[in-house]
Formats: sequence, structure tokens, C-alpha cells
Amino acid sequence: MQKTVEMIKAKCAELLADGTVRAVIAWRDGEFSYDKAPGFFTAEDIGSLCYDCTCAPNLSKYLVKEAKKEGRVAVLLKPCDTFSFNQLLTEHRIDREKVYVITIPCTGKVDIEKIRDAGVRGITSLEETDDGNITVHTMYGDKTFEKNDVKLARCFYCKGSADIEADFNAMEEKKAPADSDRLEEVRRLEAMTAEERYDYWRGELSRCIRCNACRNVCPACTCEKCVFDNDQSGVASKANANTFEESMFHIIRAYHVAGRCTDCGECSRVCPQRIPLHLLNRKFIKDIDDNYGEYQAGMEAGTLSPVTAYTKEDADPSEAVFMKNGGEG
Amino acid sequence: MKKLELTKASALLDALASGATVYAPEKTNAGSAYKKWQSGDAVCLDEVNTVKSPKEFFFPQSENLVSFLREGKKIEIVDDRWEGEDFIVFGARPCDVRSLDILDRVFLNDPVDTFYAARRSHGVIFTLACTAPGETCFCTAFGIGPAAVCGDVMMYTAGGSLYMDAQTEKGTAALERVSDMLSDCGESDEKAVDDAVDSVNAIMEKAPLAGLSLDAFKGDTTKKFFDSEKWQELSAPCIGCGTCTFVCPTCQCYDIREFDTGHGIKRFRCWDSCMYSDFTKMAGGNPRTTQLERFRQRFMHKLVYYPVNNDGIYSCVGCGRCLAKCPAHLNIVKVIKALGGSNE
Repeated sequence: MQKTVEMIKAKCAELLADGTVRAVIAWRDGEFSYDKAPGFFTAEDIGSLCYDCTCAPNLSKYLVKEAKKEGRVAVLLKPCDTFSFNQLLTEHRIDREKVYVITIPCTGKVDIEKIRDAGVRGITSLEETDDGNITVHTMYGDKTFEKNDVKLARCFYCKGSADIEADFNAMEEKKAPADSDRLEEVRRLEAMTAEERYDYWRGELSRCIRCNACRNVCPACTCEKCVFDNDQSGVASKANANTFEESMFHIIRAYHVAGRCTDCGECSRVCPQRIPLHLLNRKFIKDIDDNYGEYQAGMEAGTLSPVTAYTKEDADPSEAVFMKNGGEG
Repeated sequence: MKKLELTKASALLDALASGATVYAPEKTNAGSAYKKWQSGDAVCLDEVNTVKSPKEFFFPQSENLVSFLREGKKIEIVDDRWEGEDFIVFGARPCDVRSLDILDRVFLNDPVDTFYAARRSHGVIFTLACTAPGETCFCTAFGIGPAAVCGDVMMYTAGGSLYMDAQTEKGTAALERVSDMLSDCGESDEKAVDDAVDSVNAIMEKAPLAGLSLDAFKGDTTKKFFDSEKWQELSAPCIGCGTCTFVCPTCQCYDIREFDTGHGIKRFRCWDSCMYSDFTKMAGGNPRTTQLERFRQRFMHKLVYYPVNNDGIYSCVGCGRCLAKCPAHLNIVKVIKALGGSNE
């Protein structure tokens, strides 16, 4: 991987030096090596670009603003980010000409919270060893984990790479999807009674602190002004005026991104309360698959989602959803 | 100082809860969080920090101020503020307890915020000294320390015992209510506590952020830092969410909103975030139109404006929550270092 990172760095330096791009969006080192932050690099500091198993943030959303500026910007896209990028192109949020796409390899990202869950405290740094394990250095000694035990949940259901024409490809081969069923958790929730499901979601969503991190990080949430931030909308809500409001916020948001959500998993990654928000989106993905045929948002740029492309063969919503659930809704 | 076996902590909480509402940290699906103690609950005393700080018991995220009920042409104004009953916050870390000193300067100075004052007067705080600080801890940079004595009762864990030392009249009264469960301490106990304090202080000294220095922020540095070119790079990855603000024990800004209940109007206040685009929206416009300005405001407030107006006290206690929770891995330590603070 280190060789690949050096190659990416050299390519970026070259692009900045010859003026092809004015900036590179990548990752910058943090305080503890596991907290690498998205960064905007120029020729002066491109040497400090870094990339490893801790670089989880999806950089594609930064392009919505960056691609509006003068000049071209380069971006590093992991396989899962390529779906978001395609979807943003589809929705005309990014001018493709303004972006220099560098596709980069990924072998799964580490979830620092899982390491903390295992009782590890004082994590000062961590690294992926050659045999694919994760060695964690802490204030209280070192510990080694099998990567699978500390991988981000979304990486177990990796979608592989989308169909994308990169300007520079740093992946040796196109990433294949993981051999797993990402809808299994949705099926588990569907198998519950309506009451059990309600209790499950009330339990999870009751932890919401309305920080809006899920919305702000979401590459499908690109409204200039969110309805929940708009005083004039009548639904603006900074806090939960009643206990049902945080549920409404998340359910409405899931509806709004239905058919457009690529399942990048950023909403669940950033949630400070670790609410499994991606499961709401996956429910919509499953319903769309079931009722309109399999569809992956962002697989290629320019495709219409089944919920925006009407055909006479479309399922009748009341029959498809309401009756199928035995009239329970 | 009094003590009881650590294994009896739950029984102690049961006893305390018989005379007051008790909030204690418990394990949840997302780290530890303060929960209203109910018999049979399991207390979690070994996490460094809860996700949200105990600030919310004194300054709730959302709080009723007043209601307006209309009947025909009459409008009735109802003062539906929290009535007030004694409550205990158990197991708060020194950084979180010291954050209340910072909030007190804001809410208890003239004009006194009577909502906050009511909760402060009813609250009894059992502080728990840390035993295993995290890498994100830097309380010592603000002169606090992992075993800083504060709150109404100061607690320590050592050798399988929970030690309690009342610091205030409220603390003495709270311990008095459960006195039959507690035993007196002897010299060996004093030594066990001293050793535990020395041990955690030694760990903290070696923590990666222990040497963080704020010397660069001494005096009035408003002009020096406001126009710093560093804000551009520092703020660029910020996604403008309110995570840092809402997990922060010292953030104190709020908004006042009204809510149509269908048969009246409820006026409430709720936490606000200077990271939000409408934070400074006024009838005449919005003076902060970019995320850079919002980001700068948050850190200037903590490191410059607050200390300039409060005897040099910074509005940060080094709890490290922003380091652990920011979706883009930005935090106050990065800002301190970028603006000239050192970490030696």
C-alpha cells in the first residue's frame, strides 16, 4: 500500500506543478494517526498527503462547493466513494470537467469505536501490518486485532467500485463487491412485529442529539437550504420539541434520499450516538429492489432511479407496500 | 472521608435514589451515557467520558420557558418552567464538573438566568477521579487534572473501594443520608487514595496531549488571531454540523423558539450551534456567511473572547470529546497548535 500512496502523492504533485489542478482533496495526518482529516492540498504541502486504513471520510461531497470555484480540483475516490461521485454527476451537482478523478484502492477501513468497545483506552496510533492485522499502540501497551474484528460495519458489505472513468487510476484492478448480503439486517428488522420494530427505532433514535452530522456529511443531501434549517418552512427544528420529532427528521431524510442514496454509510460512521441510520436507507433500497427490480444508485452516472422514472409496469404503491406487510404498514 | 466496597456502588445508588433523582453513567449501544438511576441498573464507572456531558442536567438541550394559551379573546400566560427537585449527578469527571464553573460565569452573573440557577441549586455532584485517562484528554492544559478536587462530593476508586469526601454542605448532607452504608477511613485508606491520585497524575503527565501549552493565547490576542491565515485551512474540512458544540461541556449558546401545540404556543429554548448557518441570522441579515467565519467564532470564543472577559479562564476543560467525535476530525487541539500553541 505504501508504494501506491507514494505513486498517488507523486501524481498529485505533478498535477499541481503543471497547473492541471489548483488543489487536491485528500487526507491529512491528525493527532493520533487514526484521525486523519479531509484536507485541501497545494504544491507546498502535497508532501503531507496520507492514505491508509483509517481514511474513512468520503471526499466526494466537498466537490459540490469546490467544483464551483475557478479551476480544476483533483479528488481521491475510494471504491465506495465512486458511487457517490457518479450520483452527484447524475444530479448535476458537480461539473465533471472541473474535477480530476483519482481512483484509489481500499482494503476496508478501521472503526476506532470498535477498538474502544474492546476496552482499549488511550490509543495513540495504529497501523495495518503486512499480514493484514491492526496493531494498536496505546498509553497502556500495545494490542493487535484481526482487521475483520475492527472494520467499519459498511466495509463488510462493500459494493466494490462503480463504473467510473477515472482521470488517473491507482487501483490495480477494479474492486469487486464483498460476498455478503447487505440487506440481511433489513430482513431482520422486517421480521419483527410492528411494535417490536417501533420500539427498536424509538430506542435507537431517542439518542439523537440533532447535531445534523448525518445530513451534513451525506453526499445525497445537497440542498442549498435544508427544509429543517428554514425558519419559513414551519418544520424548522433545532431541538426536539417532542419525543417523536427526532424520528420524523430521520424518516423524512431517508425518504428524501430514497433512490439516490448509494449506501456509502457515512451517516452511521459520523453519528456521535452511533445510531444505525444506514438501515433506514437500506430499507428503501430493498423496497425499490423488490418492487422495481434491482437498482444501485451511482453505479453509473446519468441513470434515472426507479422512483423518478415512471413506467406503466410500476408496482402499485398500496399493493406493493401496504398489503405485503399484512396491512400493518 | 468515607468508604464502601466498590461492588456495593449499585446499592449506594439505590439508597441515594430513594431521596432524590439520581443520574449515573451506564453502558449503552453508544459508549456510556447518564441515565436516570433505577434499581437493578448497572453503573459504569470505567469509561473516561460519557458521550454527552452532564451539562444537560443544568442546561438541558431543550427547556420550556413559558406557554401562551388562548381562549376566545383572552390569552393566558403560563409559567411552565421546571418546578425543581433535588437531584444527584453521580460519577462526573473533574473536567465536566469544572466546566460548570465556566457556565456559572455566564448564567449566574447579573442578570441571573433563573432557569439555570434553579437547576444548579437543586443539583448535587458526586465527582469521580479518573484512573485511566484517554489519549484525547488534556485537562491539565487548563490546570484541572484527572483527580482535581471539585463538586459536592469527591470520589476516588482504589483497591476495590469507593472513597467519598464531602466538599460542600450539600455533599455532607447527601452522604449523611446514606451514612449507615459507609465506613470511616483510616490512615491506610488515606494512603491508598493518595497513591491512586499520584498514579493517575503520573499517567496523565505522559499522555500525548499533556504538554499542550496555551501560552500563545495569553493576554488579548483578538487582533492577532482573528485575521490569521490559518483559519482557511483549519476550517476547510468542517461540514458545519453541531457535533462539537453538542458534546462540548462548555458550549452555552441557545436559541429561543416557539412551538404551536395546536391549542397554544410553547416558548422554549434549545442548544444552538455557532457552526450552524442561521446562528447569527437577524432581521437585518447574517454577518457570518461562511463556514470559515463560523468555525473561527467557535474557537475564538473558547480561546480568546471568553478568557479576555473572564480573568483569563479559557472556555475549554480538555475533556477531549470534540477530538473523539468530529466527523471530519477537527478539534480545538488542532486549532491551538496551528495558532501557535505548542505541545512539548
